[in-house]
Amino acid sequence: MTRWLAMFGLVLSLSGLGSALAVEPDEVLKDPRLEARARALSQDIRCLVCQNQSIDDSNASLARDLRVIVRERLVAGDSDERIMEFLVARYGDFVRLSPPMKPATYALWFGPAAILVAGAVAVGVFFSRRRRAPAAPEPLSADERRRLDALLDAQGDSRAKDGSA
Amino acid sequence: MIAEFGHFALALALVISLAQATLPLIGAQRGDAVWVALARPFALGQFLCIAVAFAALTYAYLVSDFSVVNVARNSHSAKPLLYKISGVWGNHEGSMVLWVLMLSLFGLLVALAGNNLPPTLRARVLAIQAWIGAGFLAFILLTSNPFERIFPPPVDGNGLNPILQDPGLAFHPPFLYLGYVGFSIAFSFAVAALIEGRVDPAWARWVRPWTLAAWCALTVGIALGSYWAYYELGWGGWWFWDPVENASFMPWLAGTALLHSAAVAEKRDALKSWTILLAIIAFSLSLIGTFLVRSGVLTSVHAFATDPQRGLFILLLLVVAIGGSLTLYAIRAPRLKLGGLFHPVSREGGLVLNNLLLSTALATVFLGTLYPLFLDAIGAGKVSVGAPYFNTTFVPVMVPLVAAMAIGPMLAWKRGDLAGALGRLKFAFATAVAVTALCFALVARGPVLAPLGIGLATWVIAASLLEFAERIQLFTAPAAETWRRMRNLPRASYGMTIAHAGMGIAIIGMVAVSAWRVEVVQAMRPGDIVAAAGFTLRFEGMRELQGPNYRAEAGSFTVTRNGGLVTRLDAERRFFTDPAQLTTEAAIRSTLLGDLYVAIGDEAPGQMRTVRVWYNPLVVWIWLGAVIMALGGVVSLSDRRLRIGAPARRRAAVPAGAASAGA
Repeated sequence: MTRWLAMFGLVLSLSGLGSALAVEPDEVLKDPRLEARARALSQDIRCLVCQNQSIDDSNASLARDLRVIVRERLVAGDSDERIMEFLVARYGDFVRLSPPMKPATYALWFGPAAILVAGAVAVGVFFSRRRRAPAAPEPLSADERRRLDALLDAQGDSRAKDGSA
Repeated sequence: MIAEFGHFALALALVISLAQATLPLIGAQRGDAVWVALARPFALGQFLCIAVAFAALTYAYLVSDFSVVNVARNSHSAKPLLYKISGVWGNHEGSMVLWVLMLSLFGLLVALAGNNLPPTLRARVLAIQAWIGAGFLAFILLTSNPFERIFPPPVDGNGLNPILQDPGLAFHPPFLYLGYVGFSIAFSFAVAALIEGRVDPAWARWVRPWTLAAWCALTVGIALGSYWAYYELGWGGWWFWDPVENASFMPWLAGTALLHSAAVAEKRDALKSWTILLAIIAFSLSLIGTFLVRSGVLTSVHAFATDPQRGLFILLLLVVAIGGSLTLYAIRAPRLKLGGLFHPVSREGGLVLNNLLLSTALATVFLGTLYPLFLDAIGAGKVSVGAPYFNTTFVPVMVPLVAAMAIGPMLAWKRGDLAGALGRLKFAFATAVAVTALCFALVARGPVLAPLGIGLATWVIAASLLEFAERIQLFTAPAAETWRRMRNLPRASYGMTIAHAGMGIAIIGMVAVSAWRVEVVQAMRPGDIVAAAGFTLRFEGMRELQGPNYRAEAGSFTVTRNGGLVTRLDAERRFFTDPAQLTTEAAIRSTLLGDLYVAIGDEAPGQMRTVRVWYNPLVVWIWLGAVIMALGGVVSLSDRRLRIGAPARRRAAVPAGAASAGA
């Protein structure tokens, strides 16, 4: 069920997409260092018309256009950050496969750590409570002692008429 | 006529499941033995009805009865037999019928194998199971009828998406569903225990085999899906952090945690409340996975809103099942008695750490999968959460988990000796360091972290084997004694060793292919040569092929290495007509060391083809590891203690408390 529904949707939304062969030989930059940066950057950029594919994985025409833009800007000497900013200015945060850190995504980025800390605290509480609880029962309060005495008295009374100490 | 029969059988199944959901429950509450005893025949009846419905649908597919809308939309008369059958569950309606078939099958197994269950507990478990069944049967009948007719019937069907016409994918959904639905048993047991207000080690011993079986099936199902994506999608990726994949991965993570906490509940009578909660969570995530995939909410929140009927129905089921069970948990759990004591440094403590880290990993996947939907739904903008997010959040949680996996089994129950355990692991540590150093020496390129990852995996494998060797006193006792210990060691122990080693093997594959993959993309004419990872590939040219329901063009390559012939490869492109679609069939030469993977592209002027060659080192270890993990589960399942349907007297001979004396 998992993958195929995705493929169903994908195929329905993008007719003609059968294979996902991405980077074409004519796109590849001559400078291997720049090309390596282009590939790394491409993996963080979403193919906007695809379902959860990076432009590095997709052969949609839009993905190709974006790959070409990324390489043009790399050749022009832009930094990776500048290129990402340029794309975000055009397409919004949606284009980033790794969402930006901002108030709306704090829960996304810090959530796992928060859960880990909360879980660790819960485990800590569990152990400290377990250690205390069964080993040393709380001493009886004055009120409980009075009630216990009363109960014992009543029992003693019913058995033998002499009161207990 | 057959289709109507199937439809009727489904409706009958709904009626039976409603009766099964209520009468035994009331009977158990009132102590009425007759009503309690109704649960078993009802479970049988429900299964038979659904089996008849499933058979009717399968028949409609086999004879290509295109007057049934579902068949007309998803099948074609020229399709090979295997895909006519797998087409039954290759669509929404049919897959839901398979879902309830599995559900009722599990219910039947509980009814048949649960001879040693207290009758009221069994009645309650089957009643809860029937509630789930009733919900999904109503869903099918009201929103997704697979037996709907069409008039006039079309001459032929639309056919199944060619990408799905693949043996790997034919068996992927049944395994996945076995896993999803298998967790329903753990869920029903958990809810029944909450109703009874009693959880003892015997309860955990009943829950464990079901969870284990579900977990094995899910492991295989996920591995099949991943392997299929690897060879079929044509670019050699094996995991994409796609929401649809995550939908199956989340129940797997929860199920893994559940397996481990159930071990504590069984052996030490502790963590019972948490185990119940995990059982509820594992099945809830299966339901959420079904919702995510079935409602269309993943494609877009708006797609869900425009055709909300199905989505709303499943959402309602989700709210009732998850909300109801969690409410019951909140009311009843505080009353559960606290169990056995243990020190933080102990086997139990290690399993608590396992659960903490797995829960965190689960939360990470959950957040990453649902956050974009959530933001979009509240109108806070659209974001994408893809592989980069998961790689930065998920992997750091898994590293300590895997590191601790080696140590946990070395600790004693109740109170362990950490320094002693680490001391006993020095040989495993030395092996890991040696392998890491070897990786650094052999592979100059790639990320620095990769050899460390391989070292971590080696640590787990070596520690698992070491723990096993220690148990059977290999080389420290006479051979006869070792042999005796080997025979007496519980199967569950073997299972753990195998599964943990399998995990290590899978990790080696993941690290290696992620870090050291080689890719060459080149435009080639026949006669051209390309070199990749020490291989030389000569493009010999194209030829035409005819398949059963497609025609194909194949690019032939001769692969040589150091002048010697290695193999010949044919990379195909297949053109299907019903429906019209193109698929890429990569040519793969698989060995344990690595896969040579060749895919061919469109024709460019002058017989020019774009050829992509990958070398994926150790990639098959990923699926090999997964299969070994599942095998470990199966071995553990064959343990006398857990064997389904084991003679009741044997159980009776082992009092509940004695189980904790086992390994």
